[in-house]
Amino acid sequence: MRYFGLIWTSLFRKPVRSALTFGSIFIAFLLFGVLQSVSVALTEGPDLAGVDRLVVAPKYSIIDDIPLAYQERIRAIQGVGTIAHQSWFGGTYKDSTNFFPRWPVPPREFMQVYSEYAMPEEQKRAFANTRTGAIVGKTIAEKYDMNLGDKIVLIPDIWQNKDNGPWEFDLVGIYDSEDEAFQNQMFMNYEYFDEYRSFGSGGVGTFVLKLTEPARSAEIAAEIDAMFANSNDETKTSTEKAYNQMFAKQMGDIGFIMTSILSAVFFTILLLTGNTMSQAIRERIPELAILKTLGFTNVGVLIIVLTEAIFIALIAAIPAIALAGIVVQAPAIGSAMPFLADSELTNAVIIQGIGLAVLLGLVAGGPPAIRAMRLSITDALGEHA
Amino acid sequence: MAENLIEIDRVSKTYTRGNNDVPVLSDLSLSIEQGDFLALMGPSGSGKTTLLNLIGGLDKPSGGSIAIGGQRIEALSQSALAKWRSRNVGFVFQFYNLLPVLTAQKNVELPLLLTSLSGSDRKKRALAALKIVGLEERSGHRPNELSGGQEQRVAIARAIVSDPELLVCDEPTGDLDRATADEILDLLQLLNEEHGKTIVMVTHDPKAADHAKHCLHLDKGQLVTGDAA
Repeated sequence: MRYFGLIWTSLFRKPVRSALTFGSIFIAFLLFGVLQSVSVALTEGPDLAGVDRLVVAPKYSIIDDIPLAYQERIRAIQGVGTIAHQSWFGGTYKDSTNFFPRWPVPPREFMQVYSEYAMPEEQKRAFANTRTGAIVGKTIAEKYDMNLGDKIVLIPDIWQNKDNGPWEFDLVGIYDSEDEAFQNQMFMNYEYFDEYRSFGSGGVGTFVLKLTEPARSAEIAAEIDAMFANSNDETKTSTEKAYNQMFAKQMGDIGFIMTSILSAVFFTILLLTGNTMSQAIRERIPELAILKTLGFTNVGVLIIVLTEAIFIALIAAIPAIALAGIVVQAPAIGSAMPFLADSELTNAVIIQGIGLAVLLGLVAGGPPAIRAMRLSITDALGEHA
Repeated sequence: MAENLIEIDRVSKTYTRGNNDVPVLSDLSLSIEQGDFLALMGPSGSGKTTLLNLIGGLDKPSGGSIAIGGQRIEALSQSALAKWRSRNVGFVFQFYNLLPVLTAQKNVELPLLLTSLSGSDRKKRALAALKIVGLEERSGHRPNELSGGQEQRVAIARAIVSDPELLVCDEPTGDLDRATADEILDLLQLLNEEHGKTIVMVTHDPKAADHAKHCLHLDKGQLVTGDAA
């Protein structure tokens, strides 16, 4: 700590260069924090123990359907309570940029399974009893100025209706949810959707089960998948979180993609920071020679230069990681990409980030620090006299 | 008669440049009394800065021995030599060599970072040293806010702050105008006479050498004339 003042003032010797170096490291660690949090959320294994909701999805691809008829067979399994289901609708609301997920669901069962969606009782009843009924989250209603009683017209892309025209739904409910990520969705009556669509009738995207015996969730999941093994429509039963992971993994190997991006970013930052550090040390050779002249040992000078490099990395990395924590939990992220709603900055990611910053400082500062350590006082003062 | 502070016995120094050995000092012996103010003069390449570096423990001789205050310094390891320098020698250079990011006071405090003194004690000592060189009121200024003469005074304050017995000065007035150079030389004289510092100064300037008690001339790595003890 005795050398703290010396190191600290040296960091800001060239303010513009320091700001640019801090900036590049800051961006690198912001990316690290965000991507690593997303990666962790998408790659950690599902924990079935104790969950009270399970998702039954097609085993091989989310674009496959599962027969609605499976519902009754699943219901027969001990520990399974209410069963809802949802199917991807797609479509366009007014303009293709107005994206929000839309799902045909069975209203009564859906509202029982997802009791956290808060909506006045009369709106719940209206949703259950209106064949063309639809509900939207508060965020969507506010964003597109939707009001109860409005006709919501959707232009189909996947699901053409029997008249080959637009779909019309009546807005009968606006729900709220503590989790803002889930407000950004629309649900409509499956019965109407299923009857009116021109193909695919009798299929659903996924089942969502409310369990009466959460302690048996792992067994129930295994039992369901075993029941449909070797059929035309095999299933994969897991938690909602695992399903979200699977959804994201349609894009590719998330872990590999994240690691590749981070590696490229860090390699670039390492070169930039290493070059900056080397340049900074070259400029300060006479000063380092003076420190040695005054009695600072070779190891002392090595430590000063290395500490400086580590400080640069940490000063930029710590606020960047903190900001990443805020970014990954921003409601807008979960709203736009519900499968990322589980992302959070874990302690492990924070520790990894800080460790990486120290490592970056050591690797970038190592060569100039060794050069400073080996510096001959007489040569350095002679060269720069 | 004062005791000898510096005993240089048959010292030689050879540098290797590529495949060639370049002898700079050969078989040089010299004694310097405690409290002396010695000027080392000679043409460029005569070996005076090399001799000064050896006396200050910045470099090691190729042969012979150097004892300062009874301590044989040529046998010390690099880290032991660094510690020895911090306690026993103050350095003043032609181009001041202050750290530009630090204030005058912080520059003067630098050698004290190697001691066990507290922050407030370091500050007190630094201000006392700046007072001796007449720059107490400029303690908060950075080098780029000081004139050349003031920078050299700060460098002298840094050299004396840990109260070493020996000051080695390499062309301390080489970058200054005559009037400022005289002020610096008067200050060195004061440190020699009033504070008892032993000073070894390399200079090209005969007027600067006039401020010293003794003067030695080197040529081709050997003493040629002089009036040293």
